[in-house]
Amino acid sequence: MNVRSQVSMVFHLDKCIGCHTCSIACKNIWTDRRGTEYMWWNNVETKPGTGFPTAWEDQEKYNGGWEVEDGKLQLKSTSKAKTVFNIYHNPSMPTMDDYYEPWTYDYQHLFNAPEGPDQPTAKPISMVTGELINIEAGPNWDDDLGGSPIYAENDPNLASLSPEQRAQLSAVERLVLFYFPRICNHCLNPSCVASCPSGALYKRGEDGIVLVDQKRCRGWRMCVAACPYKKMFYNWNTGKSEKCILCFPRLETGQAPACFHSCVGRIRYLGVLLYDADRIEEVASLPKEKLIEGQRSLILDPNDPEVVAAARQSDVHDSVVDAAQRSPVYQFVKTWKIALPPHLEFRTMPMLFYVPPMSPVMSSQENGTISHVSDNLFHDIDESRIPMKFLASLFGAGDESFVRYALRKQKAVRWYRRAMTVGDVDMPTAERMLREADCSPDEAEAIYRLTALCTFDERFVIPPMHREEAIQMMEDPLTHKQDVGFGFMSGPHRGM
Amino acid sequence: MPITFMQQFHFVVLPYLVMLIFFLGTIFRYRKAPYTYSSLSSQFLENERHFWGLVPFHYGIVTVLAGHVVAFLLPRQILAWNSQPLRLYILEITALVAGLLAIVGLVGSIVRRLTFSKVRTVTNTFDWIVLSLLLFQLLSGVYVAVFHPWGSAWFSAAISPYLWSLVRFNPDLNYIAMLPIGVKVHIIMAYVIIGIAPFTRLVHILVVPNPYLWRRPQVVRWYRAPKEVA
Repeated sequence: MNVRSQVSMVFHLDKCIGCHTCSIACKNIWTDRRGTEYMWWNNVETKPGTGFPTAWEDQEKYNGGWEVEDGKLQLKSTSKAKTVFNIYHNPSMPTMDDYYEPWTYDYQHLFNAPEGPDQPTAKPISMVTGELINIEAGPNWDDDLGGSPIYAENDPNLASLSPEQRAQLSAVERLVLFYFPRICNHCLNPSCVASCPSGALYKRGEDGIVLVDQKRCRGWRMCVAACPYKKMFYNWNTGKSEKCILCFPRLETGQAPACFHSCVGRIRYLGVLLYDADRIEEVASLPKEKLIEGQRSLILDPNDPEVVAAARQSDVHDSVVDAAQRSPVYQFVKTWKIALPPHLEFRTMPMLFYVPPMSPVMSSQENGTISHVSDNLFHDIDESRIPMKFLASLFGAGDESFVRYALRKQKAVRWYRRAMTVGDVDMPTAERMLREADCSPDEAEAIYRLTALCTFDERFVIPPMHREEAIQMMEDPLTHKQDVGFGFMSGPHRGM
Repeated sequence: MPITFMQQFHFVVLPYLVMLIFFLGTIFRYRKAPYTYSSLSSQFLENERHFWGLVPFHYGIVTVLAGHVVAFLLPRQILAWNSQPLRLYILEITALVAGLLAIVGLVGSIVRRLTFSKVRTVTNTFDWIVLSLLLFQLLSGVYVAVFHPWGSAWFSAAISPYLWSLVRFNPDLNYIAMLPIGVKVHIIMAYVIIGIAPFTRLVHILVVPNPYLWRRPQVVRWYRAPKEVA
């Protein structure tokens, strides 16, 4: 067992209000420079919708992620041999048109316009060329257009739905949508890293954050094509690729990443997961229907004495193991099984998990009166207006059962709490629901606490990053203390 | 024929000078400003014409350059290969086609840079200088190939020994003194391009990926030495 730690994330979609505060926090800190204006390391998408860049989930178009060929895991977009021939022109490279051309407005014109009969206006100008442009797309262009036939209908996840289900999704006045905030998943099997010809992309051993070494990146852009989530961005000005860095300078000083910190709906959780690095390739090569269980089996129980011993063997710091034991992510993903990875079928083993959203209406209408009760207490989960198939395509690698399990448990918790605090649901029914949803009263209470009452410190259990240990990279600072002083890496010399 | 001062300058001083600039410049830049080493691709801003320009150009120029290098390194073997006319024709035609391919591609990418305003914004003065020099060099190369044919033969017989005399720090201009002016211009321009390369985007040639072909797919970096787990 080769135990490594990974800073992992959970986004609770049922709590996301789609306010884009996370995106703005990120943009203001990291991507407000020339060449990065179009980048949104954090963005919030409306689902159903095409997202950013347009239809990123469609790997027929973008060729992202991995595929299994003859039992071997291979990148879809490139390979070592292909890189030699495709280095001059990357055939799977998205262009700025797939994202949008960033723009500002010609505000100076408001001051400089010559006197005339009309009020001057500030026309949009491209932030690339400075020329006047027609705005044709933006980073959240289909925001809130869940039922729109122009955008939402092109959502790749709708492919598995029947025509009736599609019609139901976009029925007038019964439109339904939810928000899908996305950052880099800091995958265990990152396709961006595997595709980088320069070896500039790497995963940090101690915390699993995936970074681009800007000094080694040569701008071959293979990572942009290889990332199935399209969270690798090419800086067209500097000729280097950039990506979400999970705010590692903040993490290293004990602060939550900016998007987590600023989240209004408090939907974001961050904590350590311990995993077995020796089994990544084996799990990533599993057949599609076994991927979710496979990824769960990679994640190790931090309270298991055997795992703790193995972690110590693998040089995982005790304080990190301690953080893993208190990790909210572990609770959501492993203990409660209500958080699921996005599009695990891309086989990158993403380490950002989503609690699938409940449909907005949880009641059924009978003869004009609203009824909550049915013999099947979970009828509305399967009859919800966001079809289970759609959610399964996003979070279940196509398998509905995992999403159904997560939603049933969430509903059972709600009804249990409702029975306790409001009282309009009788306790025996609520308890029956808990049983049927595979949830004990204690577990329900814990889910309720971490979902509704969670404090800052419960949401973000940031492990100590132990930067002080990086000193091991250097020689012992005391080696030459007697000769020249503390910290000198070489002895005293006259001249060269 | 006596060797003039200008010949001394162009074919002895200049090559040593540009090699010095090339090595010092690229190494200094790599160490002091590694961030500036990039292919500086503009494919993200314009995709379609990029293919029709960059692909023929690179395949062409790589073939042509490889031919020059082989003739420099293995002149005897090239002459032996050329002993049968058919093989000589194959070599000459391949080189000419590759040269024309490179010109088509280069003209395509110059037109692309002029046409698309987004690509024009990321083109600086040095890029234009590099593009013009390359175009001139390719045109002069194709001119030489057409009007002074069988270059694979006389390169191996005349230029290769001249270049080797430079390498041995014993320059001997007699090998090239009689070469036509077109060839001489081509050689001088090659030196100029090598001389300015460290200050341009041409340095991306030096960082073409090769470790990738041998490395494991995933890269992990540790702040402390990773412990070997038995």
